[in-house]
Amino acid sequence: MGTHMLLKDEVQMLRRVPLFAGVEPGKLKLLAFTSDRVSYDVGEALFQQGDAGDAAYVVLDGKADILVDTSSGPIKVAEVEKNSIVGEIAILCDVSRTATVKTTTSLEALRIRKDHFLKLLTDFPEITIEIMRVLADRLSHTTSELSEARSRARNPDQD
Amino acid sequence: MEKRLSRYIWKHTRAQQLWILLVVAVSMIPYFLSFDLPKQIVNGPIQGDGFDRPDATQTFMNINFDLPYIGNVELFSGLELTRMQMLFGLSLVFLVLVIINGLFKFYINTYKGRLGERLLRRIRFELVDRILRFPPTQFKRMKGAEVSSMVKDEVEPLGGFTGDAFVSPALLGGQALTALFFIFMQNVWLGLIAGVMVGVQAVIIPRMRRRLLVLGRERQITARELAGRVSEIVDGIGTIHAYDTSNFERADIAARLGRIFKIRYDLYQWKFLVKFINNFLAQLTPFLFYCIGGYLALQGQLDIGQLIAVISAYKDLPGPLKDLIDWDQTRQDVQVKYVQVVEQFSAEQIIDSKIQALSSDTAPMPAPLAAVNLTLADDSGARLIERVSVQIKHGETVAIIGGAGAGGDVLAEAFARLIWPESGKVTAGGEDILDLPESVVGRGLTYVSSDAYFFYGTLGENLLYGLKHAPLSERSYSGADATQRKWDVNEARLAGNPDYDTKADWIDYRAASATGADDIFPSLLEVLDTVQLSKDILDLALRTVIDPADHPELAAGIVEMRHALRDELEEAGLSGLVVPFEPGAYNIEATVGENLLFGTAVGPALAGKALGKNAYFRSVVGQSGLDRVLFDMGYSIAENAVELFADLPPDHPFFQQLTFMSADDLPYYQATLQKLKGRGYDAASEDERSSIIRLSALYVEPRHRFGLLTRELMEKIVDVRHQFYDGMPEELKGAIERYDPERYVASASLMDNVLFGRISQKHADGSKRIRSIVSSLLNTLGLLEQVLRIGGDFNVGAGGKRLTAVQRQKLNLARALVRGSEYYVFNRPLPGLDHRLQDEIVRDVMKLLRRNGREPALIWVLSNTGLSHLFDRVLVFDRGQLVEDGTPDTLAEKSGVFKELVSS
Repeated sequence: MGTHMLLKDEVQMLRRVPLFAGVEPGKLKLLAFTSDRVSYDVGEALFQQGDAGDAAYVVLDGKADILVDTSSGPIKVAEVEKNSIVGEIAILCDVSRTATVKTTTSLEALRIRKDHFLKLLTDFPEITIEIMRVLADRLSHTTSELSEARSRARNPDQD
Repeated sequence: MEKRLSRYIWKHTRAQQLWILLVVAVSMIPYFLSFDLPKQIVNGPIQGDGFDRPDATQTFMNINFDLPYIGNVELFSGLELTRMQMLFGLSLVFLVLVIINGLFKFYINTYKGRLGERLLRRIRFELVDRILRFPPTQFKRMKGAEVSSMVKDEVEPLGGFTGDAFVSPALLGGQALTALFFIFMQNVWLGLIAGVMVGVQAVIIPRMRRRLLVLGRERQITARELAGRVSEIVDGIGTIHAYDTSNFERADIAARLGRIFKIRYDLYQWKFLVKFINNFLAQLTPFLFYCIGGYLALQGQLDIGQLIAVISAYKDLPGPLKDLIDWDQTRQDVQVKYVQVVEQFSAEQIIDSKIQALSSDTAPMPAPLAAVNLTLADDSGARLIERVSVQIKHGETVAIIGGAGAGGDVLAEAFARLIWPESGKVTAGGEDILDLPESVVGRGLTYVSSDAYFFYGTLGENLLYGLKHAPLSERSYSGADATQRKWDVNEARLAGNPDYDTKADWIDYRAASATGADDIFPSLLEVLDTVQLSKDILDLALRTVIDPADHPELAAGIVEMRHALRDELEEAGLSGLVVPFEPGAYNIEATVGENLLFGTAVGPALAGKALGKNAYFRSVVGQSGLDRVLFDMGYSIAENAVELFADLPPDHPFFQQLTFMSADDLPYYQATLQKLKGRGYDAASEDERSSIIRLSALYVEPRHRFGLLTRELMEKIVDVRHQFYDGMPEELKGAIERYDPERYVASASLMDNVLFGRISQKHADGSKRIRSIVSSLLNTLGLLEQVLRIGGDFNVGAGGKRLTAVQRQKLNLARALVRGSEYYVFNRPLPGLDHRLQDEIVRDVMKLLRRNGREPALIWVLSNTGLSHLFDRVLVFDRGQLVEDGTPDTLAEKSGVFKELVSS
């Protein structure tokens, strides 16, 4: 019973997350306190595509797949690694979940509720910049994939 | 309805009015006799007329008639009485007459009252009946509250008037004439004086009252409008708050009240002025009597007995006269009210009552359903769809799509008779559906739109509402209930009301593919699952606190289920999901306070703040030294909280997480910490101690994660718990319900009773997972039906407002799916649901409607055009025209509007 993690241990873990690297420990403790610590088994979904987005997740430990539903079944589009953030798009853009996130190992995460997350961005510019960096990174990744797919579509015989 | 109230009353109460008139006429005989008697008593035995000698006698009660052709008939020869005997004899006769008059009055008043109440019942029913038969356009211009205030308040005086409509003028006129006639009999001159004065009153007073009528009408209309405005405020309260217009509403209401006040004050002024003049005129007559009559008596031209009789008879004249004038006033007043109400309740195209006739057996709705050259227009005359012709065959599934205002939704409304054709018609089997009985169309066609209305009552009642067409089985009554029922039926008929029994079973089980109340549950559950509402209802039920005495079987089942739940969780490898309450162990997921008390306070002695002040509780905690430990713990919690939150503004959302104190408490704890500076328990005041100990009482280690709970402390708390219960004085035992794994906790919700523990914080979606496990377990243990029934007893509130918008939409659809119909018309029934859910529900609904080999036609106006490929046929509307019609595949090949809509 005494195996649950204490606030001070969580703060240590959060400091290793690049997103929060620039945030002072006092604020990290507050973040840890106001978020929910959640654990998942293998194959559990953090959220389903089409659900309303109500929280973002910081993965403290474990791995998960990002899956998108298509007419021919779900397709894996990316992987979530330790110390990364997932589920922030639905919160920032106020759309329903654009993908399903399913664990591939057991997973420990910090669940930050939508209003807390938005507050966090206004209070801590360093987190906002980091989020922007993550999103921009993903965008450039997606753009290159798209142009690759397009060029393939234009010259189908080369494939 | 008749244009004049008097005609309406005469039409419906003719026989009773004639009977009561007869009774009134008969009652005049003893009434007249009682006038003559005082004169006889005064002149005879008192003054000694005819009793010249002390032993003289007179005949008493000689009854004889002079009849034509037969001659004198003597019924009673009378008694010879002395003066004294005569006095008592006549006085006794007077007393008897008083009693007879009183009894007549009693009978007449009761009869009139009943007559009036029956008519009031008839009018009210007729008005509501008309509302039920109004054409749909009528409701666009009506305010519900104004209509209900008409039905309830404005017709009320009509009932009171009914009994008096013909009787009063007859009775009061008769009385006044009798009195006047009697005065004439005594003295012609005094009679003339009285007559002239009556004439003056009868002319002047009604004239003065005309203004009262005008004011009365204004009062009626302004009060009705006030009722309408108040209900608008209630209905529009969200808008008022959103736009900060509450003061505009206040101003409007105050202005209206001011107008009403002015009208009412004017009314009072006039009313009392008229009263003053009326009283004055009435009192002027006796003045003349005393003056002139007294003069005549002194002159010896009038005997004193005569004068007294005149004055005594006059006493009875102003009363009836005043009442007569009042009656006339009331007559005009209610006539005005009646006309006003009748005008409001008249409509050009009222639905024939035959169309709504009660029918318990259902003829199937003829096929096909068709719109023939149908043109629909809105209130302003703008065309919504123009000359649309379309036929929907039996068993077809049709999707209607189109942009906003394209017209598909109004076509659906026309199928549901919610909008009547401007030209053309909607037919079923070739017949205009407006001419078909509602018992055919209202059952053969099920319509659902997004604006769901729910009636005040339970969720279950609302779910079955669409099945209540007719009382299908007579309810049998015995004893006093049977007498009551007989009375109900009889009275309903006398007032022209239907006598359908509301207590009978109105639910058409056959239409819900069941045979009775016992086997309807599975089909209801199927429907609720289809619209994904069963989970919501289960949640409602699980949050309910039930009295185990009312549901002993369920309570016992729930306690048994606790073990089954543990096994189930263990099997699924989720035993950590719920931490159960065990009498000998600390529950890590519960608060420290809960672990200490290990029960729920049911009386005031141990509830809330009283617990900290309770002498016994304090002595147990104090002796064990736990208070000092909890103080130190609370001190650390306060330190942590201050460290975390001191810099945040009080409205910061993070404060939600601070479950043990509010943002407003923070400065107090900050100051207390500074003052105590770690000097501990002894340095703190009584108040400081309890406010700091309170923090530890609300502490949950896995949630707050400050690392304050040691194994020793947990053991100590369990120890103190035992001491608390072991030494509990008798008088406190009723104040707390101790957690007992083998007993149902009456003060806790069903869910808490099932879990009998706390859900672990550690597992993601712990409560969601536990709910699905609990739900499947309830099903396997056969408790699901009982639990869902409890959820079904949830009161949905006015207009269903206690449900969420999404729940309302789901219930709205469920209510329709419960009914078995030949046609289902769904007009964007689920706009509030996200796409995934809509998709699932549409597919499941189509499957459900086709169960048991049934083949109803389905017409679905889709808000999500992507679902149109699920249907046999698609109708595409654009700007009021049906532009495309075909299978989804053929339409997709054409590059028309359909392709555009689906791809966008």
